[in-house]
Amino acid sequence: MSIPFLLEIGTEEIPDWMIVPALNQLQDTFQALLDQEGLGGKVTSVDATPRRLVLRAEGLLERQPDVEELVLGPPKSAGAGAAAGFAKKMGTTPDKLGAETTAKGEYLSFTKRTQGQATAAILSREIPNLILEITWPKTMYWNGKGSERFIRPIRWLVALFGDAVIPFEIGGIHSGNTTVGHRILGKPSMLVTIADFDERLRTDGVILSADQRKRKIEAEIAGLLADKNLELKADPDLLHTLTYITEFPTPILGSFDRSYLALPQEVLVTVMRHHQKYLSVEDGSGKLAPHFIAVMNTNADPDGLVRHGNERVLRARFNDARFFWNQDQKKKLAERVDDLKNVTFQAKLGSYFEKTERVVALVKELGGDENAQRAARLAKCDLTTDMVKEFTDLQGIVGGLYARAQGEVEDVAQAIYDHYKPLSMEDAVPSTLNGCLLSLADKWDTLTECFKVGMAPTGSRDPFGLRRAAQGIVRISAEGDVNFDLPQRGELADFMRDRVEYYFRDVRGFAYDEVRACMAAGWSDLLDLQRRLGRVQAIRPTPDFEPIAASFKRIKNILKQASFYNAGPLDAALLEDGPERDLYTEVTRTKGQPLESRIGPLRPKIDLFFDKVLVNAPDAKVRLNRLTMLQNLLTEFSEIADFSEIVTERQAS
Amino acid sequence: MSTAPTFQETIFRLKKYWSDRGCIIQEPYDVEVGAGTMAPETFLRVLGPNPYNVAYVQPSRRPADGRYGDNPNRLYKHQQLQVILKPAPADVIDQYLGSLAAIGIDLRKHDIKLEEDNWEAPTLGAWGIGWQVMLDGLEISQFTYFQQCGGFDLDLVPAELTYGLERIVAFLQNVESVYDIEWTAGVKYSDVRFLDERQFSKYNFELADVAMLWQLFDLHEKECTRLLKESDAVLPAYDQVLKCSHVFNLLDARGAISVTERVGVIGRVRRLALGVAKAWIQQTVPAAESVP
Repeated sequence: MSIPFLLEIGTEEIPDWMIVPALNQLQDTFQALLDQEGLGGKVTSVDATPRRLVLRAEGLLERQPDVEELVLGPPKSAGAGAAAGFAKKMGTTPDKLGAETTAKGEYLSFTKRTQGQATAAILSREIPNLILEITWPKTMYWNGKGSERFIRPIRWLVALFGDAVIPFEIGGIHSGNTTVGHRILGKPSMLVTIADFDERLRTDGVILSADQRKRKIEAEIAGLLADKNLELKADPDLLHTLTYITEFPTPILGSFDRSYLALPQEVLVTVMRHHQKYLSVEDGSGKLAPHFIAVMNTNADPDGLVRHGNERVLRARFNDARFFWNQDQKKKLAERVDDLKNVTFQAKLGSYFEKTERVVALVKELGGDENAQRAARLAKCDLTTDMVKEFTDLQGIVGGLYARAQGEVEDVAQAIYDHYKPLSMEDAVPSTLNGCLLSLADKWDTLTECFKVGMAPTGSRDPFGLRRAAQGIVRISAEGDVNFDLPQRGELADFMRDRVEYYFRDVRGFAYDEVRACMAAGWSDLLDLQRRLGRVQAIRPTPDFEPIAASFKRIKNILKQASFYNAGPLDAALLEDGPERDLYTEVTRTKGQPLESRIGPLRPKIDLFFDKVLVNAPDAKVRLNRLTMLQNLLTEFSEIADFSEIVTERQAS
Repeated sequence: MSTAPTFQETIFRLKKYWSDRGCIIQEPYDVEVGAGTMAPETFLRVLGPNPYNVAYVQPSRRPADGRYGDNPNRLYKHQQLQVILKPAPADVIDQYLGSLAAIGIDLRKHDIKLEEDNWEAPTLGAWGIGWQVMLDGLEISQFTYFQQCGGFDLDLVPAELTYGLERIVAFLQNVESVYDIEWTAGVKYSDVRFLDERQFSKYNFELADVAMLWQLFDLHEKECTRLLKESDAVLPAYDQVLKCSHVFNLLDARGAISVTERVGVIGRVRRLALGVAKAWIQQTVPAAESVP
């Protein structure tokens, strides 16, 4: 018999961003439970709204299969006492025992039959743990000190196994077959079955499927904008949030006064997006339109009250922003540098004024011109403005906008505007050279200073976003074409090395052994590393490359085994005619030529050398001379990459 | 929305609503506080094992938020209606939504959402889990399940509901500025409160004597420490904490606290608050054991 199962955990509103990870966990742990207990069945779906996590499974067995297990007891020769003891342990009598012949002799045995438990009993026992073991970023208790913890209070539980309720209890809530509708549109209590669950919720104002909610939002927005020559400004993250803060989403179109469009678009969008969760709308030419989309958690706005209310809130917010803008212009960025003495960069690291001094110096050291230094001087001044105090996400951007408004040259304004970029792997690096210089210097300063006072990231803890800063430095250098020498020793160097390796391997897609080989030849200068990687990648498919790489590995091993590190001058007179001299002549002939043209002619010479010449010659002088030649060869080629790091096909297979 | 209640009518209705649900209706605490949470009716009563249900309007002073009466939405002193339900009943959210209906909000015609917003007050060693309640995009309430206060895990988990009264009533009356709120028939909010916004903004930002404030801070701190050490007068000691906190806010508004000092001064207030919380818990007799 194959039985369906449904679990609904009813809660108060769960933060939207935590819901999907929790569902995934629930799916995994429930499937693991089915598998471990041999209950059959598969989890067929998980879904959620802010107030409920729902899991469905199909094909469960009514009970675990019975298990037979042959248990060996004491040797038959151990006597009646031992037999009685074993029988008692097995819950039987000695006459029911069997015998089993093994290599060590004859033993008493018993075939123990364990009856499978009822699935309902197992579920009833295990589900509470499964629910309470979901890990959340931050949990709470609600039933008094020491009681169960969850993301928000659990208020109802539905657990159905076929037509039957799986009984269990969490924090005084007993599972049943009663669910709860939408806070406003639905009934506070209604009976459900597995078959009519989604439908009952739907009639009580809850669309259980996140996917359906999302499509409803999208379709209705399209309807609102049709024939108005307006387009939605795509924002997948916000759309996701809106999907998970609603049980019955309905978008509405609101408007604001055209005069607010005089404010920078960045400010308007931030106010709408971060503070109000409104989607922005553009006109046919891609310019911000004086409209917004709000998504309600109800089915209609019959009297326009919701639209009116949202417009009223937005107006107040925009008025604030306009007020901040005007207020902030009374004191130019350039006049705010000294105010940075009162803004803490980090408790142990002093003020932003001090940071500014260091970044200006670093920009200069990196070859930054007057504009770059000016941008560095002003970059952090927006931290003292009312606009950034209110809209912290806009730091840098506000600085750039103000610089432009206050007559700074465009290059300076743009560098300030971009100097937090790239904010993510997807985000572009700053669009100008001076922007790149400033951003890199700012990030490098943060990294070095934090490492100095022992604030390096540990495990998953990285409160200052140092990994992102480091990744930004690597990308700016490589993609922004900025020369920057990374230190090669110490804790910070190890940290950067990981970022460099990750970037070229996982972001740029170079093979891991190419990255390792090229980095072994140095990674202080990322532009140089990038060029060498390109070359190695290009010659990798040529037929002579892998054999040469294998030879280099061999050379390295020979030198290592001989503990040979210091090559003295080579004595050409000691070279034996034939393969050895031929190799030497070839190496000397092509010295200084690019790797790409040397590999082809060199390969047969090396092969022949190893084929015919005994490096480990009996004459010590000859031996040392041969080792010296190999060492020289290795050194010459290792300027591009340590080819012994290349995994050749023969090794890989 | 011509039928929108006046400012005072809104307060009456909310008090009546919570009174009907078993709350003590307290009057505002008479020492300056920055938020309803700081009044002893919340800060102390949430500690310990005894249930407590209370509602009160608390004028809350935030000197740095003053705008001389010029800004339509920002006030130096606003009126907060604070409700503590300890322990939080299972239907606490429904009860809260019912209170909105009581002041004339028909939720079938509006959009209400609970959006994640956890609350934390480092000065009080307090934090909780909860939401901001959004009505048609306007934050009208903060809803918090307290977890810790004065550094102690709470025995019973209280729900704290705060209503930003000016915002809510401006919304109900559909006015753009809080000063246009009808306080009672024929009287506007500005008639009642404009002068103190203007004068206190001037005092907080310009007139307050910084040297005197530092002296006051030291004096109140000393008095609190002395009381905690020499007596079991926890409530008077807590008044001294509130005094310190308010003086700190004034110094902050005057721009008299440097960045480096700031952390230290907050730490001093926090130490006092934690000391008071500890003493209160030690004194608290479970209700079942108390003698009338």
